[in-house]
Amino acid sequence: LVMAVIKLHGHPISTATAMVLCCLNEKEVEYDFALVELSAGAHKQPQYLALNPFGVVPTIQDGDLTLFESRAIVKYLAKKYKGQGADLLGNTLAEQALVEQWCEVEGHSFFPPASTILFQTVLRPLRGGTTDEAVVEINIGKLNKVLDIYEERLSKSKYLAGDFFSLADLQHLPWTQYLVTACKKGDLISSRKHVNAWWEDISSR
Amino acid sequence: MAAIKVHGYHASTATVMVLCCLNEKEVEYELVLVDLPTGAHKKPEYLALNPFGVVPTIQDGDLTLYESRAIIRYLAKKFQGQGTDLLGSTLSEEALVYQWCEVEGQSFNPPALSIVSQILVVPMRGGSTDEAAVEMNVEKLEKVLDIYEERLSKSKYLAGDFFSLADLQHLPCTHYLVNACGKGDLISSRKHVNAWWEDISSRPTWKKVAENMKFG
Repeated sequence: LVMAVIKLHGHPISTATAMVLCCLNEKEVEYDFALVELSAGAHKQPQYLALNPFGVVPTIQDGDLTLFESRAIVKYLAKKYKGQGADLLGNTLAEQALVEQWCEVEGHSFFPPASTILFQTVLRPLRGGTTDEAVVEINIGKLNKVLDIYEERLSKSKYLAGDFFSLADLQHLPWTQYLVTACKKGDLISSRKHVNAWWEDISSR
Repeated sequence: MAAIKVHGYHASTATVMVLCCLNEKEVEYELVLVDLPTGAHKKPEYLALNPFGVVPTIQDGDLTLYESRAIIRYLAKKFQGQGTDLLGSTLSEEALVYQWCEVEGQSFNPPALSIVSQILVVPMRGGSTDEAAVEMNVEKLEKVLDIYEERLSKSKYLAGDFFSLADLQHLPCTHYLVNACGKGDLISSRKHVNAWWEDISSRPTWKKVAENMKFG
């Protein structure tokens, strides 16, 4: 009996896809990559909408299971492959809870301003529009407040959920990568001693 | 065994999400009032518990935990053997629960909460409702609810034929949309969404919490 390989529908430029790719690598899981050509609008075609009615990437197929939402996918992979690769969930119920807490912080406090900055400074000009500097400034302000809290946390803990690398840290990789490179907002990270050390560590995996 | 302490506010959507989950899991708790109208959530005493200065935060023995969606996942796991099962029975079912939990958090909640904030909260603080913002968010929510309608025509609840965290997460905001914001038509105009809403909002575990959802 041949086990079907996980099929990942996505695009390498998509941060959400990158999050899942990173997790698959951490868990040492083989996969088949099915390119969804975003620039051609493939994610809005009936064929893809049948997999994911929200018309966004990524979506995975694992046997009978079709699953979307990158943060749900990485949780599923981390659990299913708990016995192999890096452990991303924590060992006790309490550690797992802290992983979930910092995953939620990423999803609700870090991601919204970070993605707005990316949209305004990179994506909008790419599509022929202009950057709304006022919006960028508001969101840099929000991100600064969040990163101040991260600085305090990371001065007491090597990684966000504790002294172990987890999904919570992994979820930050794609967005921070864009902030530092394409958006040229690296100072948000480098100006904070512990956030910087944490970023250097997790981005060198 | 010390009861779980919930630091929160009875009208806060995030707080009542946790209270409802505690009821579903038949877990005793103590609600410690964080008086939002007087800014208690921004005082050093509360920030020591939750540096983000938002409610709720729970204390369970040595563990201090915030983010309502993380709290309810913790409770659903810790008390897996009692009360309502909220996670599904297999790895695949659990994955679908998390998928729809993420949909709530990333696609439903942002527009829904904006509408509630504009119609309910802004006037309370002396400001006026931004009607354009409400309209924009109603449009976003309509698109999301169309997808829910399709899903719920094939499945009794969001993750499958069982009530789960995914459905529970929708209770607080939808309660305000329907009962305090005059946006009930978003729900009632969709046959399957409506049936789903009637079902989940009539759970006694929810009604106990909903009756206290008044500001002040």
